[in-house]
Amino acid sequence: MTVTRRQILAFGAATAAVTLVGIPVSKVLAAAPEMDAKIKEFTGGATPGEGKLTLTAPEIAENGNTVPISVSVDSPMTAEDHVVAVMVLAEGNPSPGVATFHFTPLSGKAEASTRIRLAKTQNVVAVARMSDGSVYMAASEVKVTIGGCGG
Amino acid sequence: MVSRREFLVASAALAGIVGTGFSGRWNRAAAQQALTEDDLLGVKPLGNVTLLHMTDLHAQLMPVYFREPSVNLGVGEVAGLPPHVTGKAFLDRYGIPGGSRNAYALSSEDFSSLGKTYGRMGGVDRIAAIVKRVRAERPDATLFLDGGDTWQGSYTAQATQADDMVEITNALGIDAMTAHWEFTYGTDRVKELVDKLNFPFLCGNVFDAEWDEPAFESTAQFERGGVKIAVIGQAFPYTPIANPRWMMANWTFGIREEQMQANVDAARAEGADVVVVLSHNGFDVDRKMASRVTGIDVLLTGHTHDALPDVVKVGNTLLVASGSNGKFVSRVDLDVAGGKVKDFKFTLIPVFSDIIAPDADMAALVTRIRAPHAAELSRELARADTLLYRRGNFNGTFDDLICDALLAERDAEIALSPGFRWGTSILPGQPITVEDIHNATAMTYPAAYRNKMTGETLKAVLEDVADNLFNPDPYYQQGGDMVRVGGFKYAINPWETMGNRVSDMTLANGETIDPGREYVVAGWASVNEGTEGPPIWDVVENHLKNNPVVGPMGDTTVAIKGQG
Repeated sequence: MTVTRRQILAFGAATAAVTLVGIPVSKVLAAAPEMDAKIKEFTGGATPGEGKLTLTAPEIAENGNTVPISVSVDSPMTAEDHVVAVMVLAEGNPSPGVATFHFTPLSGKAEASTRIRLAKTQNVVAVARMSDGSVYMAASEVKVTIGGCGG
Repeated sequence: MVSRREFLVASAALAGIVGTGFSGRWNRAAAQQALTEDDLLGVKPLGNVTLLHMTDLHAQLMPVYFREPSVNLGVGEVAGLPPHVTGKAFLDRYGIPGGSRNAYALSSEDFSSLGKTYGRMGGVDRIAAIVKRVRAERPDATLFLDGGDTWQGSYTAQATQADDMVEITNALGIDAMTAHWEFTYGTDRVKELVDKLNFPFLCGNVFDAEWDEPAFESTAQFERGGVKIAVIGQAFPYTPIANPRWMMANWTFGIREEQMQANVDAARAEGADVVVVLSHNGFDVDRKMASRVTGIDVLLTGHTHDALPDVVKVGNTLLVASGSNGKFVSRVDLDVAGGKVKDFKFTLIPVFSDIIAPDADMAALVTRIRAPHAAELSRELARADTLLYRRGNFNGTFDDLICDALLAERDAEIALSPGFRWGTSILPGQPITVEDIHNATAMTYPAAYRNKMTGETLKAVLEDVADNLFNPDPYYQQGGDMVRVGGFKYAINPWETMGNRVSDMTLANGETIDPGREYVVAGWASVNEGTEGPPIWDVVENHLKNNPVVGPMGDTTVAIKGQG
């Protein structure tokens, strides 16, 4: 997946150290075994921690076919300490895998944004793997609604 | 320190006449003796800045009747908190005597009777008079802000595609506005109208959908009374979901809490002494946002039409709810020194049209705007034998009328009508005019469709709308009140979870809804592009031709189960 410089800049301007709607990691893992398996494969079984990773997604999707999401990881991005990859999953899609962003120290910043398709209301989950093998996770519920009747 | 002197004075004066009893039957002359324009507007100024706020005017140029909700349920952490307190409980909470002017203005209690006593409220000529007086008393220290939903909701706004409202708001001398229904005029028309405004159209949470860049200015800086004031606009975050996305396809919205924080921080960095957010989020969303975004001094909320006689404090943020339809103007006096709000004084000014003298210039402008449409506006279609109103979580009687019209004129088994919060009221005994029908229906996607829906789809629609109203997290609440129904009954438990709130669905004759059967459904205001059908106001007019006397309405269609 290519991430344009323009997207990164736009995201960089909007970023802030808040996860909009945080969902406890344990709750997410328990609810979706298929996704859990994919995460274990990505993390090599390491237990994900919370923090460092920010996932930004709309609370309610304007269009479930193209939902903008962004991930960013707080990291110095040096040779010794950097983000290796961030995986994004959509728990409720027929196939939960969405994208994996790979980073190197030359990336400068560990930030990426893309648009994803969501079949229904569900949790979007991001998992970051760091160069020291540690793993962070964040989740956000995105509602996909029929719409209308706005007063 | 909150001062509610004006309200207390008004209440006390009326209490002297009424005593402690509940009565809506004393005459208008006595009521007028009790309250003068000076009582309403003679606020002793505090500090160095005055903010005036109105919101959700819905293009009502003339004084109107607008009944506040009798049912406005709160779920989750907002249960039992204003504005989710209605009727007598609301009056008790704020110490407002039953039967008083303020009871009439702020609650649904005894509305038909009190409406006859106290008359209509609002009118932009009265609002102009209020603003002129405050500006004269506090020269160069007053800022007048409009929370949006200003351009839509009347015959003349529809006929002029909101040109009338641009002219009116320019004449009112508004300093900044934000928006929601404004966007339903479509991208091109919105741009045209914004160009005609003498003041900024602030929407910090609206972005270009392709490039994710701001589509409008977010912030305007003002200097008033030697104080630097930053005003940040927040449009209704779910406009492209609650309203047709195809009408504004180039723009993307959202709460964008992190963007709000960035805009507040930027305003402070640019030297703002006071940060005011002019929002159309809705009360519960704003209450949550105020608890999570730091540095907002005053949050002027809109969208949910709530009128509260006092501010709600969230941390250091003052939340102000100024009602709708021109019924109220909020006044917030601030004492600002050293970049901090030292003191404030809040007054919710009820715009009693029989007490506040109209501003002559504005009255003339309103007359000029309405003149080409005068015959049509006043054309009588029928007479109301019962109170017609919409506002509330579930069917209002005006919705029952619209649903009856859809069932009869579109030959349907089930009618659906959107749970808009706008739509003025008609007292028993009054004629129903073309203007009245437009006050309840005027919009840019009015086609009354007729199609088939399975019982299963119908349930899904109701569950979806219910979750958009009763999700315990305000950030996941998307729209208006519950969709109104005709020819159909159901029960709802608002405190249940998504998919589990709606039950006991039957046709009006008691026949259980079959999930697999298709039903003929008529409705209006579909968000889908290419929806076909006659405009809803024609459907209602045709129905009234055969039903010249309206009401009383039948059984209630919704049973509420469970409790918070």
